Amino acid sequence: MNIKKYVAYRLISSFFVLFGLSLLIFSLSRLVPGDPARLALGPMAPQWAVDKLRAQLHLDEPVYIQYIYWVTNVFRGDLGQSLVTRRGVFNDIFEFFPATFELVIFSVILSTSLAIILGVTSGKYANSLWDNIVRVTSYVGIAIPSFVWAIMSVFIFGYLLRWFPTLGRLSSGVVMPTKVTGLLLVDSLIAGRLGVFRDAFYHMILPGTSLVISRLAQEARITRASVVENLHKDYIMAARSFGIPERTITLKYLLKPSLIPTVAIMGMDIAGSMGGSFIVETIFNWPGLGRYGMSAMLSNDINAIVGVVMLIGVFFAFMNILVDLITAYLDPRIMMKLRGG
Amino acid sequence: MMSEMIVDIRDLYVNFNIYEGVTRVLNGVNFRVAKGEKVGLIGEAGCGKTTTVKSIMKILQMPPAEVMGGEIYLEGLDVLKMSQRDLQMMRRKTVSMIFQDPTAALNPVFKVGDQIGDIIKYNQLALGNKISKEEIHEKTVQVLKEVQMPDPERLMNSYPIQLSGGMRQRISIAMALVSATNLLIADEPGTNLDVTIQDQVLRLLGDLVEDRGTSIILISHALGAVKGLVDRVYVMYAGSMVEAANTEDLFSDPLHPYTKALFKAVPKLTGGGIPMGIPGRIPNYLSPPTGCRFNPRCSHAKPECRENAPPFYQVGDGHEVACYLYGGQ
Repeated sequence: MNIKKYVAYRLISSFFVLFGLSLLIFSLSRLVPGDPARLALGPMAPQWAVDKLRAQLHLDEPVYIQYIYWVTNVFRGDLGQSLVTRRGVFNDIFEFFPATFELVIFSVILSTSLAIILGVTSGKYANSLWDNIVRVTSYVGIAIPSFVWAIMSVFIFGYLLRWFPTLGRLSSGVVMPTKVTGLLLVDSLIAGRLGVFRDAFYHMILPGTSLVISRLAQEARITRASVVENLHKDYIMAARSFGIPERTITLKYLLKPSLIPTVAIMGMDIAGSMGGSFIVETIFNWPGLGRYGMSAMLSNDINAIVGVVMLIGVFFAFMNILVDLITAYLDPRIMMKLRGG
Repeated sequence: MMSEMIVDIRDLYVNFNIYEGVTRVLNGVNFRVAKGEKVGLIGEAGCGKTTTVKSIMKILQMPPAEVMGGEIYLEGLDVLKMSQRDLQMMRRKTVSMIFQDPTAALNPVFKVGDQIGDIIKYNQLALGNKISKEEIHEKTVQVLKEVQMPDPERLMNSYPIQLSGGMRQRISIAMALVSATNLLIADEPGTNLDVTIQDQVLRLLGDLVEDRGTSIILISHALGAVKGLVDRVYVMYAGSMVEAANTEDLFSDPLHPYTKALFKAVPKLTGGGIPMGIPGRIPNYLSPPTGCRFNPRCSHAKPECRENAPPFYQVGDGHEVACYLYGGQ
């Protein structure tokens, strides 16, 4: 069994990718104009205080020396200090990550299930009225970027219809459940507070759907294309010729091979939603990593920017490996290649 | 003529509605198979052999295919009028088909044992038996042994990609055997295998139907293979049958100009040089020639050949030919 070997190989190669990413984002963050120390302290701060902070951040040294400082600290679990929150970036990420993670998980469950249902039904009944509705809707979905959808849904469902709340993770006045996982939906269930669960769920609907709508449309299209392609394969006709019920054919013999391309794109989408959440979280005032990263960029908070980007990078690398493993599970042809070396 | 027919296709017309227009592929097919009979179906690529046999099981992709007329009787029942349930039962326990390309006919992402197991399960259900997992396993092993596969247990846990072409072919035969109680349709079995394996597969197939008394329809390009295996041969050209005869009669005394030309096109081991082939090509189904569809390539073509398609003329014992040359007899 070479799967372990394969995973190890992938982990090592991901390490190099992350190294490259860190070089890139680190130098970019240092090369953008504007003095981070001056920005952090404000225009009224005396020059000596700014100089002191610059020295403290090693900003007066060459970029490669700064990078060496940074890397050594990273291996100690220290991503540096945020110039805005004045706390360790690592602590900040730890605090903001669960909110984003919860949002991403919510949107992933939503997009995965809907994309498969829509893709399979419209592919199976290709060129039917339903198929045409799904296809046109998904074109619209792909064409609308998430921030447009976010603003529209705030206006329509939040302001006009007042169906869903548009700000934050909980209504004001609701006490946060005891922190266990940091995921409100989970924590509220652990605490046995169904009211809080409901409130948290309601808060998640608009940002969750905004984040997901264009990816969902894309995934549904890919699934549909794959279903249509496989539907005309000989093995489906063969299964039919043996009198296998249509339901079994669709849910077993058609579904599994059709999911292979969908899984590949879904993995990227999940990782991509981390990046997509920057704008959506800002619009919905969602206290997550995206909003944190966004404010870090606006205030040139170099350590926070690098930290957030690196985390997204790690997430991408991890999802890549996961996708490859799921694909190998779905497709024995790929599994054979992995085992072969 | 044997009285009990398992398959009786009468005047079948099938069109395919494609982007360029309507292709009129099957042009009044008449085709009969008696109980226990072994029938060969030959003709050049694209003449409608596969379409004919697929319509027996009603597994043509519709659309684009559309039946324009005719009847298909399977054990006395009109397939075209069967309910969905009856069709399902028929496919589960009466007829089954071995597809042209075993690699394409096996689902690449499921284990062989799993795929055969499902067929066994629904076959038994149709026979009214509820079957346990252990029994399915047992029957799978048994049917794999019947197609002379070594080490069935290991095989069941393999994916099609792990098997050789010959093994895949045997697997698809095993699958067909499960549900082919009365009729087995073999669509060019072994065509993409090398000649020795192809020969083995055909012999195996012959033995299996012999033992079970199953009727078989064998589609093939390999005229020699058909010769050794079947009792009667249908020759098909461009969407209809042009000649039908007992195997020996057909090979010793082919009548239709197309059949004659077809036999002449077969390379001989003893002869020198490359055989001439049949001049011209199979007609375009978007605008096929009127009358006999072979008339543009036929050296005996008369004006009447261009007007009406000739009916089947009886010439001798069970020898039928659709050609005006034999109309006067």
